Amino acid sequence: MEWIQQLVNGVSLGSIYALIALGYTMVYGIIKLINFAHGDVFMLGAFIGFYAIARWDMHFIPALILAMILCAVIGVIIERVAYKRLRNATRIAALITAIGVSLLIEYTVIFFRGASPEAYPTVIENSKIEILGAQISVQAIIILVISLVLMLLLQFIVHQTKIGKAMRAVSHDADAARLMGINVDNTISATFAIGSALAGAAGVIFGIYYTRIEPLMGVLPGLKAFVAAVLGGIGIIPGAMVGGLLLGVVETVVSALGYSLWRDAAAFVILILILILRPAGIFGKNAREKV
Amino acid sequence: MSEALLKVDNLGITFGGLKAVQKVDMYINPGELVGLIGPNGAGKTTTFNMLTGVYTPTEGNITFNGKSINGLDPYKVTRGGISRTFQNIRLFKELSVLDNVKVANHGLAKHNLLSSIFRLPSHFKGESKMEEESLAFLKIFGLDVYKNELAKNLPYGMQRRLEIARALAAGPKLLLLDEPAAGMNPQETYDLMELIAFIRKEFNLSILLIEHDMHLVMGICERIYVLDHGQLIAEGSPAEIRANPKVIEAYLGEEVTV
Amino acid sequence: MKKSKVFWGYIVLALVIYAVIQVLINNGTVTFYYQNMLITMCINIMLAVSLHIILGITGQFSIGHAGFMAVGAYVSAICTMQLEMPFITGILLGAIVAALAGLLVGIPTLRLKGDYLAIATLGFAEIIRIIFLNIEYVGGAAGMQITHQTNWTYAFFGVVITILIISNFTNSRHGRACISIREDEIAADAMGINTTYYKVVAFAIGSFFAGVAGAIYAHNFYIIQPTTFGFLKSFDILILVVLGGLGSLSGSVIAAVFLTIVTTYLQGFPETRMIIYSLVLILVMLYRPSGLLGTKEVTDLFKFGKRGGSNA
Repeated sequence: MEWIQQLVNGVSLGSIYALIALGYTMVYGIIKLINFAHGDVFMLGAFIGFYAIARWDMHFIPALILAMILCAVIGVIIERVAYKRLRNATRIAALITAIGVSLLIEYTVIFFRGASPEAYPTVIENSKIEILGAQISVQAIIILVISLVLMLLLQFIVHQTKIGKAMRAVSHDADAARLMGINVDNTISATFAIGSALAGAAGVIFGIYYTRIEPLMGVLPGLKAFVAAVLGGIGIIPGAMVGGLLLGVVETVVSALGYSLWRDAAAFVILILILILRPAGIFGKNAREKV
Repeated sequence: MSEALLKVDNLGITFGGLKAVQKVDMYINPGELVGLIGPNGAGKTTTFNMLTGVYTPTEGNITFNGKSINGLDPYKVTRGGISRTFQNIRLFKELSVLDNVKVANHGLAKHNLLSSIFRLPSHFKGESKMEEESLAFLKIFGLDVYKNELAKNLPYGMQRRLEIARALAAGPKLLLLDEPAAGMNPQETYDLMELIAFIRKEFNLSILLIEHDMHLVMGICERIYVLDHGQLIAEGSPAEIRANPKVIEAYLGEEVTV
Repeated sequence: MKKSKVFWGYIVLALVIYAVIQVLINNGTVTFYYQNMLITMCINIMLAVSLHIILGITGQFSIGHAGFMAVGAYVSAICTMQLEMPFITGILLGAIVAALAGLLVGIPTLRLKGDYLAIATLGFAEIIRIIFLNIEYVGGAAGMQITHQTNWTYAFFGVVITILIISNFTNSRHGRACISIREDEIAADAMGINTTYYKVVAFAIGSFFAGVAGAIYAHNFYIIQPTTFGFLKSFDILILVVLGGLGSLSGSVIAAVFLTIVTTYLQGFPETRMIIYSLVLILVMLYRPSGLLGTKEVTDLFKFGKRGGSNA
């Protein structure tokens, strides 16, 4: 029955990866940029949630929403200030800028509040319930439910709303979308806003689940979420969800087998295998360059 | 008649269910200048890409110089004696005109990595030979005055010429030219025709030429293949092609100046 | 010949710089503090130039360079500390193993392009780091104690050899083949360049000299830990090459010299340093993406002057 517990832990971790991966994959899908700063938006979300709950006595759900809104704003600012000018730049220039923005966010936070970690307050009683003989933490279930709700909401936005339709059109062919009267700039900003809001939510959830947050906490989950996005097929929204969940489960299994020090390597081994064997990811299609 | 230099049997390629090119049979004899024409999207460049190893054909066979070259890596095809130009000029923009040609001359040079790293005598000998040979190609194309210019700074017509000079420097037996006169004015096109005729004789080349300019094709090619919707619809001398009703039909609606 | 005259001119210049600084070190004018700064400068130059051949010359976007530095550092440290070999043997073995690691990483990943290659090299560098983290023989997370053996001579000649070999490589048919890949891989292939081979060669040479830099680094700081070689280190190296100008060897060197000085003076304020670094990185990419020198070399700038005509 221990396995069911581990599986639930894996899925909880995986749903955090999935929430971050969604932002990566949406941004990559629309402007072909690996937004390295995305992991740092996740970190900012965790800190906003922390201050909201611990300092301003907000409840969990309002804090979560506040973190999402502020992260959305931050995401749009990053896009407008740094990335917008780079639409026609080389890929290397775009990627280096993204790395620069990531470092800037991390060290600005350290500059203002130091590098010391913070302990997240308890907002959900960490009681356990018994399901099928397995001890399952209530926290894990609540995290899972929130993640699922957010993912369903995203599916609704992407497939049922006007802005979602515009996002799909722009990611398919930005020039054609512009000719059809779609405001490409606003659509890209909306993509950043939605992706960043999800990362912000993931930050708060991460804080509650793992209780320890610090300014460089976004780097590794950010990279792993990117791995999840590649695993599922970059640019494909359901791919990011499946990739994230899969990665979370794999990491938990590696830890459970007693190789916890190798846990972080697992993601990168998966990354390299997928890049070599099936670079388009689980759900992707291969594209060839025109000569 | 000697044996064909290039022989293509039943060549075809499918992209995701779409048959881009199918059932193409072709041959080119040593020293022959052959044209490949057809309306836009007929599969001419795709055929080039299969001949040069950029695409691996999904059916059929390509034999060059008696050996099958199906699915060989492009650089191996080039070393084997087929080189090409690109329709949408693909020069090494940040390299000098001379270095562009030297890159293509690479496969003919012998000095190895260690000799270059440690500056052994064979490096200097090899490099000066490359320099000499590359300059000779530039001279033929009237590009030697630009040798130290960056390729991206050349005027358009000169860039097209450099593409051909570069392809020639790879030492081909068969040269594939993909719309070499695209975007040129009539005078430049005429000069280019002369030049193509000259290098063919000088280097004893076979040439396969894709061209939209009918004057150029009809004027210098001995034989012509016509592609339409990925299939060969005609083959013959310029006079035969001009009279072929299928060809006229394929070009109907397109601007024709036969 | 003109070219060889220029070459020997540089060698004499290098020897003069070496001798002058060595004398200043011996008579105490250059204090330990500045000597250390000079050695760090040399290490940074080696790292920058070794990434330059991969990123600037061949155009392959590797952002895991610290991984190969780590291999050089650890292997050389094992040689000198555990196997009691002389330092120079340690440097060589460290570099060779780093080059082999470069081959191992390069052969599967160099088929990938652009972003995907970047992320794969980053992943490999992390895997290398985690491997060292898990080997008790080299101290795991606590790190490995190393005696101080690096001095000005090792560091300086490390730089001279790195620059000499990489510029010799670049100015040959092999280097041109790599540049043609950077410019247009499909055209390079069509011109008979074995693109896979040259990408792997550039990667191996770059890894080799990253290994040399790692070995010299390891024996300068008394201790090495896996955390030293994380992706922040890789980004540090990347910044040098990008600021100097992708494709410019002298640009990488100048950026390495300059940023080492800046870093040394900002040692007490690491956050400020990183904020400045990242801002500079973003501003350079937005307003001058070609970096300090673009693909030009410092020597090109003097060509219009008296010497004219030299092709070095």
